[in-house]
Amino acid sequence: MAKHHISATLNGNAVEYLCETQQTLLEVLRDELHLTGTKEGCGTGDCGACSVTVDARLVCSCLVLAVEAQGKSIQTIEGMAAGEHLHPLQRKFLEHAALQCGVCTPGILIAARSLLERNPDPTEEEVRFWLAGNLCRCTGYNKIVDAVLDAAREMRGN
Amino acid sequence: MNEIRYEAPTRLEDAVALLAGANGVAKVLAGGTDLLIQMRGGRVAPALLVDIKGIPELTAIVAENGGFRFGAALSCMELIENAEFAAAWPGLTDAVKLIGSVQVKGRASVGGNLCNASPAADSVPALIAAGAVASIAGPGGRREARVEDVATGPGKTSLARGEIVTSFFLPRRPPRSGDAYLRFTPRTEMDIAVVGAGINLTLDEKGVCSQARVSLGAVAERALLVPEAAAALLGSKIDAPALARLGAAASAACRPIDDKRGTREFRIKIAAVLARRAAAIAADRAGRKN
Amino acid sequence: MDAKTIAPDQKALKVVGTRPVRPDGAPKVTGLARYGADFSLPGMLWGDILRSPHAHARIRSIDTSKARALPGVKAVITAADFPEQKYEFVGPERVAINYWHMTRNVMAREKVLYEGHAVAAVAAVSRAVAAAALRLIAVDYEVLPHVIDVDAAMAPDAPLLFEDMITRGIEPAPDKPSNISKRVELNLGDIEAGFAAADEIVEMNFKTAPVHQGYIEPHACLARFDSGGQGELWSASQGHFVVRAYTAQLLGMNIGDVLVHPAEIGGGFGGKTVIYVEPVAAALSRKSGHPVKIMMSREDVFKATGPTSGSSMTVRIGVKKDGKIVAADGLFKFQAGAFPGSPVMNATMCGFAPYNIANVRSVGYDVVSNRPKSAAYRAPGSPISAFAVESTMDAVAVRIGMDPLKFRLANASRTGTPTAWGPKHAHEGYAETLQALLDHPAYQAPLAKNQGRGVASGFWFNNGGESCATVHVNEDGTVVVATGSMDIGGSRASMAIMAAETLGIAYDRVRAIVADTASIGYTHVTGGSRVTFATGMAVVEACRKVTAELCARAAMIWKVDREDAVWEDGCARHVDKNDKGKSTGKFEPLSLKAIAAKRAVTGGPIVAEAAVNAGGAAPGFASELCEVEVDPETGSVKVLRFIVAQDVGRAIHPSYVEGQLQGGVVQGIGWALNEEYIYDDAGRLLNAGFLDYRIPVASDLPMIETIMVEVPNPNHPFGVKGAGEVNIVPTMAAVANAINHAIGRRLTELPMSPPKVLAALDSGAKG
Repeated sequence: MAKHHISATLNGNAVEYLCETQQTLLEVLRDELHLTGTKEGCGTGDCGACSVTVDARLVCSCLVLAVEAQGKSIQTIEGMAAGEHLHPLQRKFLEHAALQCGVCTPGILIAARSLLERNPDPTEEEVRFWLAGNLCRCTGYNKIVDAVLDAAREMRGN
Repeated sequence: MNEIRYEAPTRLEDAVALLAGANGVAKVLAGGTDLLIQMRGGRVAPALLVDIKGIPELTAIVAENGGFRFGAALSCMELIENAEFAAAWPGLTDAVKLIGSVQVKGRASVGGNLCNASPAADSVPALIAAGAVASIAGPGGRREARVEDVATGPGKTSLARGEIVTSFFLPRRPPRSGDAYLRFTPRTEMDIAVVGAGINLTLDEKGVCSQARVSLGAVAERALLVPEAAAALLGSKIDAPALARLGAAASAACRPIDDKRGTREFRIKIAAVLARRAAAIAADRAGRKN
Repeated sequence: MDAKTIAPDQKALKVVGTRPVRPDGAPKVTGLARYGADFSLPGMLWGDILRSPHAHARIRSIDTSKARALPGVKAVITAADFPEQKYEFVGPERVAINYWHMTRNVMAREKVLYEGHAVAAVAAVSRAVAAAALRLIAVDYEVLPHVIDVDAAMAPDAPLLFEDMITRGIEPAPDKPSNISKRVELNLGDIEAGFAAADEIVEMNFKTAPVHQGYIEPHACLARFDSGGQGELWSASQGHFVVRAYTAQLLGMNIGDVLVHPAEIGGGFGGKTVIYVEPVAAALSRKSGHPVKIMMSREDVFKATGPTSGSSMTVRIGVKKDGKIVAADGLFKFQAGAFPGSPVMNATMCGFAPYNIANVRSVGYDVVSNRPKSAAYRAPGSPISAFAVESTMDAVAVRIGMDPLKFRLANASRTGTPTAWGPKHAHEGYAETLQALLDHPAYQAPLAKNQGRGVASGFWFNNGGESCATVHVNEDGTVVVATGSMDIGGSRASMAIMAAETLGIAYDRVRAIVADTASIGYTHVTGGSRVTFATGMAVVEACRKVTAELCARAAMIWKVDREDAVWEDGCARHVDKNDKGKSTGKFEPLSLKAIAAKRAVTGGPIVAEAAVNAGGAAPGFASELCEVEVDPETGSVKVLRFIVAQDVGRAIHPSYVEGQLQGGVVQGIGWALNEEYIYDDAGRLLNAGFLDYRIPVASDLPMIETIMVEVPNPNHPFGVKGAGEVNIVPTMAAVANAINHAIGRRLTELPMSPPKVLAALDSGAKG
């Protein structure tokens, strides 16, 4: 069977790739498009390390087939900064030491950005529940929550 | 090599025809959050995937006859972001909110949650309690079924070959109605329900329960509608004795298994606790005066 | 080369203790940092590993012919592709390894000893072809009865994993084989006399389930091994020198012919100080002639890498009415998994170590059973024995009506207190952690119904050991610090801080990198809380060599005696050695930048290396306070508050030290409440995924409050004590004690999941 020829938008740029039906978007991002910032932690949607947005919707890319991305707009961690300017979330994660090994960080940044787009003034509880789908084993989540709340403050202009 | 055909029809009749006429295993692809895991784990090896998300009827949400109709393939996030729906059915919305993470809800659908037929599916007890009706399209035409009649056992439904659940209808609610869904999980999020309890009730002007539906999940081979539990509430003001009767009826209705998520005994106990607590929340939402 | 004892620096510190952004930060928040699975090479093949479906079976035969014939398959290997290893325990007793076991764990030979045990591997042109090839390998198994639980494995009629295993450490040696690999015993004083003198004795039994380190990154590596006898690995590990040594040993290669590049690592906690996929990828690469990449699936990580031991324990403590502990006796039975080597010896040493007890006996059993070989997990062994000891301590305090913190304080070890394994404690710090909790306003705050507060303490040795560091001065006066320590948690920032402080220059003039195994000297693993301590020592020593050289260059420039130049505040200054080294004012101070600019005419590049075998590591002590609320109808436990007080010596980068404390505590909370390996009757793991192996999620937790007590270690230039591990040691007992005080029931089995809490409530098992 011939592979699917998919055209989509990735981090604002037009992209094309070939894929088999069973290949996930995660696999294609990493192995075909060589964007390894999105990580595989479990492959079953339980850890959130593979979080991306598809048409602005936060999803696990391990649970999206690559063929389903036809015509869609995908955002990965590689597109989060604006050139040399980090997104406030990225900056605050560094300032607050909200990463240790950093492998969960891309997924959490994508998820946190999605939260702040919908709710610019979340409570600590809202941040924790929104990020429940992103496992972190290193930090205990403390500094992650601090960083997200601080970034939200900055983005609100407080 | 495992080559899988993928089709994304935009018309319902094409989807039905593909499913009905497939050689080998054909699967509906909505959110894929159960299906992709089963494929990865080798538990299912479809020859054909029919992606139904491009069929407008299956992802719409509209007001209808004072109630709501939402597409079976509508993502959970889109459903819970619908303010009118959430205001009308807070219990069902709470249930849908509990389906996995935000990421999973960004893709998962209530139709998939029902048709995957896990006995622990979170939306199902709330749907059953709400009296939801599933619209089904198939080679033989359209039909309707009460949600409690769709799942028949773990991984099994009453759908015939080629049939797809297209939408769910939630009826108009009488005044002084409230619903609630609670589940028990070891963590606050990300777990499969060990027990789920969905309750929908209506109070009359005096605060007496005039209608009730009680449904339990994860305590049998499929979600149960428990008329005896509802009977415990009818005619009462949802007071402590009524809640005690409700709890006992809930426990009595359970026929759970021991598995890695919970033992029989634990599930039977918790069913009573959750049923009582859900009834109290539903009653509050129904606006009872204390 | 032994490390010298270096007096602690008394001057006010400028960089140490600040919180700059880590040097590897930007790549990690932009997705550019490369972890073990992120490397590729042209012509790369995908490797995949066939694993046993049985918990215990003899391998009668393996037929790989169909797999080899599948188009796209370029190599298939079994244990036959690895040389046999000598049966010998090497290294220090606590952490001895045996390559005969290691090669069998990497690829099974005579038997498979756990579900998930590797039996064969393939390299193919795609993941799909590799997976299909595995399905074509036919293994003929003779399934054997299995045993997993440690008590069951010690029973006389238990199925044996090794028919010739005779317990070491028993005199005379037993005449029958068993699953008990080793018995260890520590003694201090006379426990019979001690218990005879006790006014109260409490004895309790405990059981814990195996738990996994739970790192989010599965094991992965890329191997490029050629027919010329050399190879390279890109591997996520906690020690690329250890990866090199083990891979070379298992492949029968010279160490110098294997080069390991340190990839970024996505968590380890001890579980990546051992190897699984590297020798397999190397062997496949060598056989196929192409680079081979292997990524473990999450399921395989749970099934085939090393969780820590499950245990069965008994602790008995005798005390006088006034609170003085007079005797302590501990029995610790640990699962080693398929091959010997549980951390039981650590457990016997650490359990009573926080306390000054005249009469102690501590007995440990290392027991093999049909589950994966245990691997280190954050202070390996100590959290397990601490659960038993600290729960019993709490029960003793209740029995004599004494405040649990004051009870511990009254018995706290201090400098000079003997330990059960021989040396005397050489450092203060424990009592300070207890005092920090006593002084905390939360300790006296009232609690509501169904809420409870518990405390616990813990000890961990912390390690020193071998580390190397190289410091280069660049032409513009910036500096590169290279070490051999993989960076798990921000250590590059700490290295840069210590270098900047020692050199007297700004933090952002220093770049810290992790060098590969060919570019720097042997450096032991990133584990044992040793990096800031030992590698930091090497960095400081190398920087001091650099400042000495800079002074020599300055003296050359000024044409004065070498002793008339000193390094101070980032500059060489001219002093009069004959006048008590007073500043002369004769020459302008020379900055690092100025001297670097003149390096070519003063002798050439300015470089220094230091190699240490660091002694003088100070142990870690932590005391923790947990408040919980229990739902009496469901047994659900919610952690309302958690405070960890730990003696960190000196926090080089406080944010990263706090992060260690918070991270360890949260792992401990998961271990206490939810995490466990669940097996079916056939010995197969039922919860091999993050759905049902439940680590804490963000919404489960409150903010974890940290108190960093600083009692500097005089053996380190900045007073560092290892901080990464001891924070997990008290946590499970703190939670258990809090639950006990909330509901009046003591749970003695981990995890304390809701059904167990509910059952305890219903049964009335009083504490």
